[in-house]
Amino acid sequence: MYSVGVYLFTIHFFHERVCVMATAAQKRIKSISYAKYGYIFILPFFIVYLFYQFWPLINTFIVAFKGNTVHTEEFVGLNNFKDLLIGDSSKPFSAAQQVHEAFFRTLGNTVILWVGNFIPQILLSLSLAVWFTEANLKIPGKEFFKVVMYLPNILTAASVAVLFVQLCGQSETNPGAINSLLTKFGIVKTTSAGLLVNPVEFIDGVWPSRFVVMFIQTWMWFGNTMIMLMSGIQGINPSLFEAASIDGASSGQVFRKITLPLLTPIMAYTLVTSMIGGLQMFDIPYLYNKDGSASKYLETIAALIYKYFHVTNQEQNKIGYSGAASVLLFFITLILGCIAFYMTRDKDEIAKKKQRKKIAKQLKAESKQFGGFSI
Amino acid sequence: MSKMDSVYGKAKDNYRAKIVFKSTVLVIWFIILTIICLFPIYILLINSTRDTHQISNGISFIPSSHLFDNYKSVTGNDFKLNYRALYGYRNSLLITCSACFLTVFFSALTAYGIHVYDFKLKEISYTVILLVMMVPMQVTSAGFLNFMAKLHRTGHYDPLILPAIAAPAVVYFMRSYMKSSFPLDIVEAARIDGCSEFRTFVSIAIPMMKPAIAVQAIFAFIATWNNFYTPNMILIGVDTKKKTLPMMINALQSSDVLNDYGAVYLAIAMSIVPIIIAYVALSRFIIAGVALGGVKE
Repeated sequence: MYSVGVYLFTIHFFHERVCVMATAAQKRIKSISYAKYGYIFILPFFIVYLFYQFWPLINTFIVAFKGNTVHTEEFVGLNNFKDLLIGDSSKPFSAAQQVHEAFFRTLGNTVILWVGNFIPQILLSLSLAVWFTEANLKIPGKEFFKVVMYLPNILTAASVAVLFVQLCGQSETNPGAINSLLTKFGIVKTTSAGLLVNPVEFIDGVWPSRFVVMFIQTWMWFGNTMIMLMSGIQGINPSLFEAASIDGASSGQVFRKITLPLLTPIMAYTLVTSMIGGLQMFDIPYLYNKDGSASKYLETIAALIYKYFHVTNQEQNKIGYSGAASVLLFFITLILGCIAFYMTRDKDEIAKKKQRKKIAKQLKAESKQFGGFSI
Repeated sequence: MSKMDSVYGKAKDNYRAKIVFKSTVLVIWFIILTIICLFPIYILLINSTRDTHQISNGISFIPSSHLFDNYKSVTGNDFKLNYRALYGYRNSLLITCSACFLTVFFSALTAYGIHVYDFKLKEISYTVILLVMMVPMQVTSAGFLNFMAKLHRTGHYDPLILPAIAAPAVVYFMRSYMKSSFPLDIVEAARIDGCSEFRTFVSIAIPMMKPAIAVQAIFAFIATWNNFYTPNMILIGVDTKKKTLPMMINALQSSDVLNDYGAVYLAIAMSIVPIIIAYVALSRFIIAGVALGGVKE
């Protein structure tokens, strides 16, 4: 017994010595060269990031505290924020009040367009994702359907917007495809000369135009969301579905009791990323019009920021407001991002950590109980 | 016994009938969705083969014979709108290819640097990359344009190409891919064989990361090709011949000036068709890439 103990001890001792030597050697090798390559390899990324993205972000904050029109070099403190958020209701035609109204109008438009696109999109994507992953259904050509449903997502958004301007034309003499289709179904009447009577105002009408933009957004994004949710469903342990089907659960029950609860984190993630994406909505609402400037009811917050800094005429420059609106948008995004991060963090890992701490505490308490001897 | 058999058989038949019924209903619904997805694109393609008179007479599902006439008027010099498709292709391709190459190469390099080497700022730099992934372009654009205007870089291509070097989301994707499928022993082996660090990256790491690089290259290409916001912001007051394709699309809004709707449809089609062809060829990779969560616009 004793000799074995000594033997083990010796082995342990030598092993330790060898280990120490090895780490020393490794350390020497490392200190010779390799760490510096790490810095060299990541250097281009950080230089470019600082120059093209980080400094512009700081610059946006700086600009937000500076003046507009010809006073872009003057420091004005929080005035831009005050104008955007509070305005100047005593003078309805002052620049401040107009900027204030425009800010909340565009924020409202953004929220309306986002909600109107997200709800149908998530319902459609979720139902499709469930049906596509249900194993016992015999659906031919699943791959084909997936490919077709994702197709609108890769099209150039600018082209799609202009295409829908053409398709949704509301002119009486030269209607777009949609109004012609409505005429064929008898929803829109024609005069004897072939002119349309009251065609649906898909471009100038407030709600019809909003509806078209929501439709385009849903049309472009439901395939993407569907595929993301599908990969989420495929990540669920299949034995759960098996157990449920052996217990005789209907597909509705499976969906309510298994799929939906286990899909909640990825749904939350989709929700928040879609919200952040929705706040940046630009191309389609900006281009969906005939005269080159976004319509009052479609102008989003991103389009407003863009309009304010994108002027060639120094007199109309509103870059201060643009910066201030960007800063507000940044903080909204930051909050949403934190929520997304909080929702998608690894809950199992956190629970395990807690448990480990608990066990350690318990052990400590027990060892005290036994007079400081640990077992 | 026979009674039980028949009951069992009935239940089985019932179950089967139910499945067949549900599948049929779903297939019909999927076909309807397919039609909705393809309808605008189909009308676009059909209308680009028709002339103005036919288009204003209503929709049709059969192609006509005016494709070549429309093509001649779109590419001709007397096309009144600021749309020069061939220049658009050239400029878009130039910007997109360079940006795409830079994104993929430098993202792989950064991910490799963080993954392979041990240095003090390793974890911090990775955390920073994860943090900045969320900052949207729209937020920094006011400061970006202001800064570029001060440097007199508006109207040039480099503010559109060089920022592609820093793509945090792509770095994140590549790092996750490396974690799962790039053993560090290979780097050790290369070192023992006397391979320089940079060469190890170029001739060992890059070939091993081909799948990740392919997916990210496709998405970077699509995103840059479709980008309207940044080029329209940076390329202020440039000649039509220097604009990118999505910027030219902007000019087609005022199509009423032209009164040649066939040509307008063809002009839109010319901006969409190349990307559809590429998609059909690469759809398998693209769908797999989306499922990996590798894309966030």
